[in-house]
This record gives sequence, structure tokens and C-alpha cells, in this order.
Amino acid sequence: MRYSAFSIVRNALSGNLNWKQQWRQPQPKSHYDVIIVGGGGHGLATAYYLAKEFGVKNVAVLEKGYLGSGNVGRNTTIVRSNYMLPGNEPFYEFSMKLWEGLEQDLNYNVMLSQRGVIMLYHSDGQRDAYIRRGNAMWMEGVSAELIEREQLKKMIPFLNYDHARYPILGGLLQRRAGTARHDAVAWGYARGADQHGVDIIEHCEVTGIRRENGVVTGVETSKGFIGCGKLALAAAGNSSQVGEMADLKLPLESHVLQAFVTEGLKPCIDHVIVYGGGHFYISQSDKGGLVFGAEIDGYSSYAQRGNLATAEHVMEEGVSMIPGLSRVRVLRAWGGVMDMSMDGSPIIDRTSIDNLYLNCGWCYGGFKATPASGYCFAHLIARNDTHPVARALRLDRFARGYAVDEAGAGPQPNLH
Amino acid sequence: MASLITCPHCGVRPKEEFAVRGDASLIRPASSASDAAWHDYVYVRVNPRGRTLEHWHHVAGCRRFLVVERDTVTHEVYSVVDGAAAAREVRR
Amino acid sequence: MTAYRLSSGGLLDRSKVLSFTFDGRPLRGFAGDTLASALLANDQLLVGRSFKYHRPRGIVSAGPSEPNALMTLGSGARSDPNTKATVAELYAGLTAKSQNRWPSLGFDVGAVNGLLSPFLGAGFYYKTFMWPRQLWEMLYEPVIRRAAGLGRAVLERDPESYEKSWAFCDLLIVGGGPAGLMAALTAGRAGLRVILADEDFRLGGSLLGETETIDGSPAPAFAERVVAELLSLDNVTLLPRTTVFGWYDDNVFGAVERVQKHVAEPSATLPTERVWRIAAKRALLATGAEERPLVFGGNDCPGVMMASAIGTYAQRYGVSAGKSVAIFTSGSSGYRTARGLVARGVTVSTIVDSRPEATEAAPDGVRVIRSGAIVDTKGRKRLSGIVIERSGFEELIACDALGMSGGWSPVIHLACQRGARPVWSEDLKAFSAPDVGGGLRVVGSANGVYTLSGCLRDGAEKATTIAVELGFNAAEASLPVIENEAEPSFAALWYVPGAKSKAFVDFQNDVHARDLGLALREGFGHVEHAKRYTTSGMATDQGKLSNVNAVGILAGMRGVSPAEVGTTTFRPFYTPVSFGALAGTSRDGHATPTRKSPLHEWARKNGATFVDSGLWFRSAWFPRAGEKTWRESVDREVLNVRANVGLCDVATLGKIEVFGADAAEFLNRLYCNPMLKLPVGKARYGLMLREDGFVFDDGTVSRLAEDQFFVTTTTAMAGAVMSHMDYCAQVLWPDLKVRFCSVSDQWAQMAIAGPKARDVLQQLIDEDISEAVFPFLAARSMVLRGGINARLFRISFSGELAFELAVPAGYGEAVAEQIMEAGRAHGICAYGVEALNVLRLEKGHLTHAEFDGRVTPDDAGLGRMVSAQKPDFIGKHLSARYGLTAADRMQLVGLKPVDRDKDMRAGAHLLKEGMKPSTLNDQGWVSSAGYSPVLGHHIALAFLKSGRERYGEKIVVWDKLRDHEMIAEVCDPAFVDPENKKLKA
Repeated sequence: MRYSAFSIVRNALSGNLNWKQQWRQPQPKSHYDVIIVGGGGHGLATAYYLAKEFGVKNVAVLEKGYLGSGNVGRNTTIVRSNYMLPGNEPFYEFSMKLWEGLEQDLNYNVMLSQRGVIMLYHSDGQRDAYIRRGNAMWMEGVSAELIEREQLKKMIPFLNYDHARYPILGGLLQRRAGTARHDAVAWGYARGADQHGVDIIEHCEVTGIRRENGVVTGVETSKGFIGCGKLALAAAGNSSQVGEMADLKLPLESHVLQAFVTEGLKPCIDHVIVYGGGHFYISQSDKGGLVFGAEIDGYSSYAQRGNLATAEHVMEEGVSMIPGLSRVRVLRAWGGVMDMSMDGSPIIDRTSIDNLYLNCGWCYGGFKATPASGYCFAHLIARNDTHPVARALRLDRFARGYAVDEAGAGPQPNLH
Repeated sequence: MASLITCPHCGVRPKEEFAVRGDASLIRPASSASDAAWHDYVYVRVNPRGRTLEHWHHVAGCRRFLVVERDTVTHEVYSVVDGAAAAREVRR
Repeated sequence: MTAYRLSSGGLLDRSKVLSFTFDGRPLRGFAGDTLASALLANDQLLVGRSFKYHRPRGIVSAGPSEPNALMTLGSGARSDPNTKATVAELYAGLTAKSQNRWPSLGFDVGAVNGLLSPFLGAGFYYKTFMWPRQLWEMLYEPVIRRAAGLGRAVLERDPESYEKSWAFCDLLIVGGGPAGLMAALTAGRAGLRVILADEDFRLGGSLLGETETIDGSPAPAFAERVVAELLSLDNVTLLPRTTVFGWYDDNVFGAVERVQKHVAEPSATLPTERVWRIAAKRALLATGAEERPLVFGGNDCPGVMMASAIGTYAQRYGVSAGKSVAIFTSGSSGYRTARGLVARGVTVSTIVDSRPEATEAAPDGVRVIRSGAIVDTKGRKRLSGIVIERSGFEELIACDALGMSGGWSPVIHLACQRGARPVWSEDLKAFSAPDVGGGLRVVGSANGVYTLSGCLRDGAEKATTIAVELGFNAAEASLPVIENEAEPSFAALWYVPGAKSKAFVDFQNDVHARDLGLALREGFGHVEHAKRYTTSGMATDQGKLSNVNAVGILAGMRGVSPAEVGTTTFRPFYTPVSFGALAGTSRDGHATPTRKSPLHEWARKNGATFVDSGLWFRSAWFPRAGEKTWRESVDREVLNVRANVGLCDVATLGKIEVFGADAAEFLNRLYCNPMLKLPVGKARYGLMLREDGFVFDDGTVSRLAEDQFFVTTTTAMAGAVMSHMDYCAQVLWPDLKVRFCSVSDQWAQMAIAGPKARDVLQQLIDEDISEAVFPFLAARSMVLRGGINARLFRISFSGELAFELAVPAGYGEAVAEQIMEAGRAHGICAYGVEALNVLRLEKGHLTHAEFDGRVTPDDAGLGRMVSAQKPDFIGKHLSARYGLTAADRMQLVGLKPVDRDKDMRAGAHLLKEGMKPSTLNDQGWVSSAGYSPVLGHHIALAFLKSGRERYGEKIVVWDKLRDHEMIAEVCDPAFVDPENKKLKA
């Protein structure tokens, strides 16, 4: 069923009783050309592009929980392509371009809101680093603007201009960046993949990876063995666990990142604002809640919950940046498990095992990457060839000495 | 664990006094060891779901590196020992 | 008038009349009222508009589960949006405003959405608003955003203050109802350190609205007696107005105390709110149970309330919700509430009981309709009647208040915040708390114990158990006598069939039963999907009333047990907590600590302009009369240092003193360049790598004695280097005999630089510091004239003849002043970090603008420093990787503008002439740039692909971000004195 204003009217007139399931709930077949482990944003996007763009339609996505139960359902919904390094920027801009056509492509409103992401700077050194970044963006053809303090005051008057511990001097703005409705991204890709024949199998946990003569032949699951020609792992947060089933040891640590939402408010924050005096970022959802977060809790964890000390620190940064947040009440905190990689950048690559493909290490940044990650992973799986924009994101970069270290923090995952 | 750590030198202290360094089960290879050994030491992590050994640095206390044995799912702490003592133990 | 104040009763001080306003209308209440009870007493039934359809809504509950009565309290910078009137304590002068309505609460244009509701079903927005694409940001989204949201945040600076505190106890009791009070009494008498926290301003919980008698006296009086005894115990801390919002690892609880949210004029010496982190050896969750609403047609009409809330308003606040009250119940509680109301003189006309075979007795004169179902309500802004269906016949009964009683759900929120899932109990027909171990036990009706005596007993017993566990002698608790108790019973009734109008599940988010049906139809039957697709349970009440019904309805539609549907995840915060409370005092200037150099006062007296540098304030430049721009000051300072001499505060550098027989070996392994054979009395520039081969930090190492070194780090990395050294010494090489400690705060260090530096300094020192005796890189302790112990280093960041002098921090200011005095004849000036930066730029020295964590020693032109001989050092092995040694890496170069009038700025990128900008064509970037007053034009340091081979090449400096483009010549990065003649003068 194609969605449109017309379909809404027509269905309303028949009591909304004729809407169809947005995706089927099939039983697994005995064999697929490609099995994707992980029914989150990246897994579903991979399936969608495999079927739609690369003609691989005999595909299953296996999800141990409910569809979209991983990080695509628990993030701060930010979409941007304001990276500095040549290994990252083309990839994220490719993603941004896919975002810009995604709703029409999927026939699903993911509420991409290009409201602008502004990253504040508080010192000359930070400004220079943002200028470097902004020019790197322009090199890739991505528009960026340096907003000086006086202009910023007009644009976002409620920032802490007069009393901040670190003075707010200006910001780097990407106007095309913004937010999207996170759950809808998972659902839209699921519906799209389903329409192209992909089987999405929820509540199907992969418990083992079967190999014969060094080649992957299928997976053991809670619903029995399922054979496959190629196996693609997209289980960020749990990549090490899934990888271990095939004896892969990965450059990852799992960490918990908290995010928060306030009570609903009338529109008051119109951009995504990133604090440079710490690591705080905030935007307002279309429903009215302020959605925000900051850094990971810092210890390795698979628990989807964080600690109070970090939460308090997040609020401290929030009030430091926007004093008027003080009386706004925080409704809910949640925690997501991140694959923190050793350089802060993701991995999309083949593995040492034939027919086994890997997509992991998204750190904080997986949501914005969803379309490009899916597209590039599908490209790799279908053609056995790395997509040009993902060339820097291969697994062997650590051995070869080509880390993509946007933070310059070195091989310690919790510093990225 | 994510709230309090029992430092063997300072007693029960809040998490904010510590900085987490990471996997405490790694052993630094000899300089002459293979590229693969060095790659694994610097970049590869077991990242267990469950019991793990982790270095916590008591930066705002005794400044000792502690080896914290804990569960990455429940956050239960099984033991906390001094890192140098643990390192000597491993070498023995 | 329908709702009204009863002539007597209630836990009120009727002698204290409190005036307040609602939407500008002046009203009055009594001390002891909540805003909601006072509004109800003034017959202000309509209190809000719903989120989506803007339907008129009234007060539903008498506590924190309230979905409707959200209002903005206060005004201006002191306004609190979305405050639940049901928990807001009334005070004189309170101003309350309704929300989400325009132009007024009575007439709200947004209510037109109700007419469109067939088109606005769950998730409709995912299916439309996609064409044309540009209209989303321009039209659709702004309209949706304006329609959505609740209260208005003013985002003005909050004039009030907040604080945070730790507390420690043997036993934390969450909830001061019957179970909690009894537990506190038992544990308190046994001598445990007890904290009892309750969100209400009055302790007693359900006892305050209770009709039964305890030991022959009214329940509230019993509560008062217990509280009085608890207050007399030193080991018991009572925290009323305190909500425990989260349960964290190690039995640490987060709680927020509303210290003076309830006063008209807050005291300046008290915080408004205080966040407690409570570390508890044991905790009891005594949070009671929540009555369930019933999902029937028209159930959101103002006047439809929780039955227990109607009871509470009558008993505790002396307010009748209506002249004629009806009760809709699926169990015995409805009868009990009715009895209590009748006893208080409230007219109850009818009890509609969904069960066919109810045995409970109704009070005299109350009609009971068994097997009854309400299918619709009459009235729009106020209930006027209910439509009952029984055996296919409809009957309209007039009433102006309706109590819903759909059974009870234990309040188990906190117990489920750490991953354990609630357990469905067929016995309780409710989700109950999982077993989460001995640290947190659930007690009283939160534990599914619903009789008063049972709650008291459970509280006493569990407290006794805990006391024994912790080694206390607990006396056998004597339990009070309660008469005529009956175990409540009810039938689970998730949805009342036959609804003739919308039957709401989640009032605040306007989710009605058919939305859940639509969600299931579209494949969103999983409880998490249903929540996310319909937004059920996502409102400010987090589904405290609605979630269990949503689960029941989904279970019914799917034909499974609620156990199989399960719940969504319980997460902090139990009720919303303000940013301010959680941030405490850490805001504005106190957001992070401030560090000032021991020379700060000296700099201030010399007129310094300061700049933030991490935690530090550093002197940036020293403006003199007549200088209009910072550049004038900086240029003067630079030229003066090059020509005469200057003094600069470098005390912010990290300083670490290293001792021990293996100190040299330790440093030799830590730095990539050799340190083992550094002679005593000498300093050396050192480069530390990370284990991955990239530069970590640079600084100097001075050997003061065979087994004593003095190490400096950069200001920014001082902490990180110290931690790194701790790691290396303790974890990597625990057998090395080395000890070290930070002495950053112990030494005031200053640079004296310029051709006349020696002449100035010699005046303070008796020892000979001539080039012959104290040459470049000399380093040792000496005594200043007057007897001050000092350390002197012949090192130079500026490239001039320079010394760094360290004196004990307390002498810093005096010594600096003395140097200035001694230098006066030589034309000394104070110079700041800006001039220092220009000086080092001219010299081609590096900072973290260059060492950005992605640079190898070779990139920086320091490849020769990396020792090939040393068997091991941090970073040695991985330095050899292909990617770190490739010929096309970006290397440090200098840049000079071809047109000398043009400026260059840091952050620009580099392009070959004639090449189009693209990531592929990107040749590098400018790390530092500035005007060189010595050379008279701009200069820059940059990283350029294979840069050292390209001296002399013309390159485009491309700063598109600022629309600036110019041509520069690639050159050696040492612009001034490349032969080091001045340095070694």
C-alpha cells in the first residue's frame, strides 16, 4: 500500500480498518543468499539496498529482539556530515545525500528535519580546529558556515553568553544537518525491504555461525539452522559477541551512552546545538521534548543503563550552555550499548573468513550513518568490493597504520 | 560499580574519582614481538559480555591503577586489587 | 457549582487561607491543600487540554500519576512548566496557568483537531507530509511543532540556586505510607541509621486518606504519632517532599528534595531543590499501589477521576468532587471508596460494577448496577451523565463526578530500573516486582499486600529482617489493631466493550483503544512498538496510569496473557527532575574548577588581559596606554623580546619530579628519544609517543642528580601525562625503582627571554650564569640572592637566549617583580601567551595545534629524535607501520605569503595551484598562523603532503569557510634564526 494524504483519507473513511501490516512476519526459509544479523537501522538499510539497488532479493534480516530494538531506537536522532578527516567526510556526506531523498525513496516520512547543527567554540584553538573542519567539509563540497558571536546571539539568544565558564565565541554551522525520527527510520527501511521481498525475522537470536571448510554456510538460531550464501553482521553494541561465534577478535569495546528527554515543551530550541566546553548536544523533537546527551559513561558495559554521576554531569553541561534549562524537567534517561572502536570510526569490511562480512564500530555516530552504512555494506556484500566512500573504514587500517582518528585520542576506545 | 568503587587503599569511593583506562588482562609484548602480537595488544579487545578485568585509575585519590574484576552486564564487582601487585603477579 | 469544599474535615488548617490565581482568576484555598485540591474546591474542574486533540480535561488523580492537570506555575524566569497540580503544594501567591490552549482554556481553537481525528490516527504522520520535500521544514514541521508540546520554557536565567549532597544509611525507606512508617519505626527503634523519603509534603501516604481506624483512632492520627516518634530518634532522618527518582548500581539512590518549591518567597540561603545521592546498605520500596483507570467510551470527560482520588480529596482535603458521584468499579475498592464518601457526607448515587456476581454491600441508598458497563459520558467540559449498558439496554444516569476503580497495580518502578523485568502475577492480576536481591526489598502494597494490617506487618517484618542482617537487635514489633478489614478483590478489566465514543488509554498523549488496534493491525503489536508507534506511555506521566491497560488491551487483541506481552522498560526518572537540581552548583563560573598560576597576581598588577586555557587563566597580553588592539600589544612584546628581554609566566606547564635508581631507565622507556645518558645538570627536549606511534606530548627533561629528574609537560596534557606515567610505572614496569609526583603547583616557573636575559637574571644570582658556565640546555638548582631556592634552565621556546626560572610558588610573584625591577634598565616587558605563540611560530616550534594526536615525530620534522638504538620505548614497535612512514604523509612546513600583504589563518587547507577543491586534491592544512612583527608579514605552519620536498613551491591557501584564498610559498618552518645563533648566544 502506497502512503499518501490520499491513502490516509481513504482509510479514515473506512474506519482505518484496512491498513496493512507494514512488514510481514514470515517464518524463516531454510536458506538465503544473504543473511544479515541485526534488525536495527544498519541491518535493515543493508537489506533494503541489497534488494533495491543491487538486485539481491533472497535476503533475511535476523533480529534477536523486536525490530529496531537496538541503537536506532535509542539515540539522539542527529543527522550531520560535518567531519574533518578525508576518511570520514565523503562517507558521511554520501549518507547525508541519501537522507535527503530517503522519504521519497522509502515512501515513509522519517521526518528528516534539516534545521541545522551548530557546534560551539570557546577558544581560539577550538575555533581554528573548526575552521579546519569547515574547510575539509567544503573540500568535499559540503557547505559550512562560521558563525561569529554577534551573529550567534541573534540566532540563538538563550545561550550563556555572559556568565559561561568558557566564553561562547561562535560556532560552526551545517545548515543541511538536523534530526530525523529514529524509530521511523527503522520502520521505513523495514517496510521498504519487505516490499522488495526481504524476510525480516524478529525474535530470532543467532546462537552460532556454522562454517564448513573455512566458509560460512549458515547460522544456528533460536528458530533453528538457517543456511546462507553470505553472512553479514550488523549488530553494533554486540559485534564482539557475534564475531566471537566465528572466532573473530575485533578492535572494539562495548560502552554505554546515556541519552535523555525532557517533558514536552512548546517550540523553544530550533537547532541542534553542540557545546564545545564539554560534550553536550541538544535538540527539540517535533513532539516537544528536548533530546540530549553527552559522553559515554566510560567503563565497558552491555547494560542498557547508565549511572547517576554521568547523568548529573550531562545536566551540568546543559545548564552551563543554556542557563534557562535549569527549570526544565528531565523525563527519562536511557542507555544504549555502543561499539566503541579503537579510533572512533566505524568498520565496514570483509573478514578473514570467506563469505563473512562485518559492519561495526559505530561509536556514538551510527544513526546519521544509517543510509550510507546500509548502502556501502550492501555494495560490499553484493559486489565483494568496497564502496569508494568507505575505503578508509576497512578493518586492516589498524595493522597498516591508517587509523581514522577524528578526535586524535589514540587507541583507547573510551576517549573517542 | 558504576556508583562506588572500593579502593584497596582509600576505601569506598564514588565513581567520579576514577578514570577508566580499559582492559586489564593485556600484557605488553616485547618490543621484538611480532607485528600481529603488537596489533592485538594495542587494538584488539576480547570485550567480554560478563566477567572482565579493567584498569581503573584512582586519579582523585591514591593515584594507583586498580584492577577491577566486574561484570559488564550486571555491573557487579567481584574484586578490586592494586594494579602493580596484579602486574607483578602476572609476571611471576 | 458542583465540586465543593466540605464544611469540615480534611488535614487542613482552615484558619490559614491562601490566595492564589489560576489563569488570572483569584481563588482561595487552605494550608494543607495541593493546587489540585484547591482548584477542585473552587469547582475549577477543567484544568487542561490534551496533547493532540486539545480535548478539555480535568483532574484525574491525587498524586504523581496525574496525566491532565499540568500547568505552568510562577512567571518569568521563575516559571515551571508542566507542573502537576496534584503534587504542587499550595502557597499564598501561587500563580498557575493552564497550557496547550489558545486563546483560552475554555475556548481552544486546537480542538478542531478532534474533528479531524479519523485522519490523525496513530502514526499518520509517517504516511504523509512528504511532498514536496522542501515543505517539511517550511510548513509541515513548524505547524506540527507548534501544535505539539505542552508548557512553555522561557529559557531565561534561573535566579534560584540548587545543591547536591551525599547521604549514607543502613536503611533507606522509599515511601512514608503504612508499610514505610512501620518499617522506619521498627528499624529506628533498633538503632539503624534510617532515611525515610516521601514525595508528599506530609508523611502518611494512604493513611492520610484512610477511613479505617487504627487502635481505635483515625488513621491520620496514627501516622502523626509514628512521625512524632521518628522525629525523636536521632538515627532517623525524615525527608518529606523528596522523590527517590532512581536506583543505581551499588544500591545508590538518586533523590530530589523540593526544599522550597512550596514557599512564596524563597530564602536566599537555601537551595530551591537538593539532589541527594543516597548510598544505602539496604532499602525498602514502600511506594504503595496505583489504582487503575477503566478504558470506556468518553472516559476523558472532566469529572471522570480515579475513585481513590475522589476518596482522597474528600478525606484528606475536605473536597467533594461533585454533588452526585457515581463509581465505576471492577472490584471491591469501588465499594470501599463509596462507603468512605458517604461517611464524609458526599452523595454517591450509583455504583456500576462490571462483575456479574459481586457480593460487596453498597452503602444505604446507593444503587448498584451489576454486569454494568459505561459506554459513553455526557458533557463536554464537565461531566453531566453516564450512559450505562446492561444486557443490551442503555440507561442514562445523571452525575457530575465519576470514580474509576479498575483494581490495583503495585508501584514497582525503582525495582525495575536496573534491568530486571516486572513479573506478571495472576494472583494480583498485576505486574509485580522482580526479585532483585537483598539490597532492595519491596514492602506493603507495592509488594501486593493490600490490607492495612498486612502493610503494617510487612513493614515491621522486613525491617526486622534487615536489622538482624546488619547485626542489630530488633525488638518484636507490636502491631496495631485494625477492625473490619477485608482483602480487596477485583476483576481485570482492560477495556469496556461497546464504547460509543473514544475510550482513552493514555489521556495525556490522546491514545485511545482504537489506536492500539491500528498499531496491532499494522504490525506494531510488540509492546515497545505499540508504545513507539502510538506514543502510549510516553507522556510526562510515563504511563503510570495507562501502561498496564495498554498491555492488557494488546494482550486481549493478541489473545495472549499480559505476561507474554510484557512491559516497556522502566527507567529513571520516576517523576521528572529539573536540570537545575541535577546540575546543583556546577554552573556558570563554577561549571569547572578555575586554576590560577602563582604568577597570576603579578600578571594582573602588570595589566594582563587573561584568556581561558583549559582550567587555567593565562595572561594573554599586557596592553599599554595608547594600544588600541591586541595586535599592537603583542607585536610590541614580540619585538621587545627579540631586541631586549621579556618575562613570561610559564607556571601552567605540567611539572613532574622523578626519583629513583631506575628513574633514567624509566624516562628512557617513556620518551622516544634517549634519556639514559642525559648528564646531570643538563636539560633535553623530549618527545613522548602513544603506543600507536603518534606524538603524545612534548616537554623537557632535566637531570638534577643521578637519580633525580625534573620533567615538564605541556599545559594541556599535564594531567594525561601524569596518568600515563602512573600507568607505565605501576602496570607496565612495576619492578622499576622509580617514584614521581606532580609538582606543578609547587613551582612558579617563568621564562626570561631575549638577548639581555642573562644580564637581567645575573643581577639576582651570585653564581656565574655566563654562556661558558651555564650554556644552552644547562639545568640545575641554585640559590637566588636573598636565599630563595630556585631552579634554572637554559631552555627556550621563543628561540631567544632564554632561561626558565622556577621558584617555590609562594615566592613567584615577588621574584617576578624583582626581575622586572632588575630588567627595567634593559627595557624588560611582560609578555603573554599570544606573544609567546608568535615567538615560537617564528622559530618553528610546535604546540598542540601541531601535535593534534595524528602526527608522527617525522611529520613534525623530528624524526631524527626517535632512537633506533633503544631496545624499547612506548610507541616503538607500531611507529614502523607503513601508514606512519609512508612518503605521502603530511609533513610540517612553513608558509610565507607571496603577496606579503595577505594574511593567512589557521584552519585553511592547501591546494595545488590550478587544482579544483576536492577531498582527493586536498594537500594539507594550516595548523598555526599569525603576523610576524620581525618579518613584517604573515607566516604559518602547515602540514603538507610530502611537504619537506616541496620548499619553494607555490601553494594555494584555501579558506573557503571565510571566502579567503591566497598563494603562499612553502618554506622551512624555522622563520627566524634557523641556525640557532640567538638561542646559543
